Amino acid sequence: MFARTVLRASRFAAAPRVAPRFIARGFAASTRVNEVIKKYTKAHEWISLDTADGSNTATIGITAYAAASLGDVVYVELPSVAAEAVAGETFGAVESVKSASDILSPVNGEVVEVNEALNEKPSLINASPEENGWVAKVKIAGPEVLEAEGLLEEENYKAFIEKA
Amino acid sequence: MLPRTLRISCARTQLPRAQFSKAIVSQFRTYVTSNAQQPAELKKTPLYDFHVAAGAKMVPFAGYSMPVTYADQSLSESHHQVRKKAGLFDVSHMVQHRFKGPAALQFLENLTPSDLTLLKPHESTLSTFLHPGTGGIVDDLIITMLNPEDFYVVTNAGCAEKDLAYINENLAVFERKSEIEHVVLEKQGLVALQGPDAKHILREFLISAMGDVSKVPDLQHFYFGQSMFVDTPFGKLHIARGGYTGEDGFEISIPPATTVEVTKALLEIGKHGDKLKLAGLGARDTLRLEAGMCLYGHDLDDSTTPIEAGLKWLVGKRRVMEGDFLGAESVARQYNDWSLVERRRVGLTVEKGAPAREGAEIVNPATSEILGKVTSGCPSPTLGQNIAMGYIKSGFHKAGTEVAVKVRGKTRKAVVTKMPFMKPNYHKPPVV
Repeated sequence: MFARTVLRASRFAAAPRVAPRFIARGFAASTRVNEVIKKYTKAHEWISLDTADGSNTATIGITAYAAASLGDVVYVELPSVAAEAVAGETFGAVESVKSASDILSPVNGEVVEVNEALNEKPSLINASPEENGWVAKVKIAGPEVLEAEGLLEEENYKAFIEKA
Repeated sequence: MLPRTLRISCARTQLPRAQFSKAIVSQFRTYVTSNAQQPAELKKTPLYDFHVAAGAKMVPFAGYSMPVTYADQSLSESHHQVRKKAGLFDVSHMVQHRFKGPAALQFLENLTPSDLTLLKPHESTLSTFLHPGTGGIVDDLIITMLNPEDFYVVTNAGCAEKDLAYINENLAVFERKSEIEHVVLEKQGLVALQGPDAKHILREFLISAMGDVSKVPDLQHFYFGQSMFVDTPFGKLHIARGGYTGEDGFEISIPPATTVEVTKALLEIGKHGDKLKLAGLGARDTLRLEAGMCLYGHDLDDSTTPIEAGLKWLVGKRRVMEGDFLGAESVARQYNDWSLVERRRVGLTVEKGAPAREGAEIVNPATSEILGKVTSGCPSPTLGQNIAMGYIKSGFHKAGTEVAVKVRGKTRKAVVTKMPFMKPNYHKPPVV
């Protein structure tokens, strides 16, 4: 996911007028230009928003690191559609053979879709935690919601889990 | 994601519960590890370096750094490996004792409700140390009678301090204390070789160690609950047939100097056909739960009597009649009258969906009355359904009784189920 973002960014950066601004503002600038923004929480959720379609619908899941730590996932408790998601509060749970873990919503919003495929095949979380194993889609106020403090860029999240 | 129930947990061992939870939490949240809630120095078994080299995920457990899973297998894979082939567990953290002398039997009978006179030499039994007065369980343990004046006892690592204080206090007031010698086998290794292939691996190991098939003891007529000493070039090994998985297997007590060598030799033999793999505390917990066995600190504790815990079978009839053990009065009352037993340990099968884990309430689906609590639970890798054990109000304890459990506020159907959940695969003498 991150690699794809970088690719697009660099392609865009080739345009002469934008290039200097892009370099000056760093990676964050890519959020302004119809890009996928992806952030991580210290509680090991990811949230991504494709700004291209203007739907303000973000996708939420648990990170590859969390999925690997949990081991074989046997059940995912999904939030209800139309439920209110509150940043930092439980909105689902993942059960593996060894433990149960809450999924905390990274942002405020309204649940608009849940990944029903997880009901039939919870192991999707292990097989594809950051793609097909997404948990829920949440309607948020706008892309700025993902700029909240506490939501980490991929590199910062990586550094965080290395220390863990 | 916040780990909620944190039940990686383990083998016949009480834990400093909060501390163990912290250990697992630390996999997810760094700040927990940084605030010095873990003991500074975790103890290491003789096999510590070996685990690390095998890519084990190490966690603090009962004061030791212990492997939960290994790099090459997930918890479920490791579980199936033991059920289908064999697994090797390091249980060297457990406390190994010897009680020797003419008064050893009397002393152990003073602490436990077991009739140790029923044991033949080199036979073992599960037992419990009991509190005076209440008859609550101080710890559960395995007692092996080597000879009537020599007992080999294994207790839980998590109870080590409590058990030693309990033994010493009772020894101090024991009238025949001069006739008994209590030794803790420090640094002695203990590995559990478990699974249907365990007997083949042990036999091959012994053939190669002894260098001569004729020197290898007969394993065919060596049964569940029995033990033997084998003098090998690795030193004197105490081999007990049994374990904590519901499978055939052996617990091998090894001198400190050769623990690593013996482990390596067993694994080398088991490499062929992937017959044997290292297994950690994670698989040990799911295996023992399927086998219906208790984990101290969860399914048993200081306030639970052996009768409530479904361990009446280990209480000796003679002992109840003579009433000369700690907690005898309470235990005898419950032994003789089920109406005085308010709660019972039962197995539960929980409907598809979220498993009920430790702490989940068991309720009456008709009235919502709370009937008890789950003390262990997990999705069973062997059965593919959610299993649990817990304590339930007497009257609701019969197999087939329909109850409900509460998981994260949602009520789920559950049925009281006879334990063990799977058919054990012990090597027992043929029924005549």
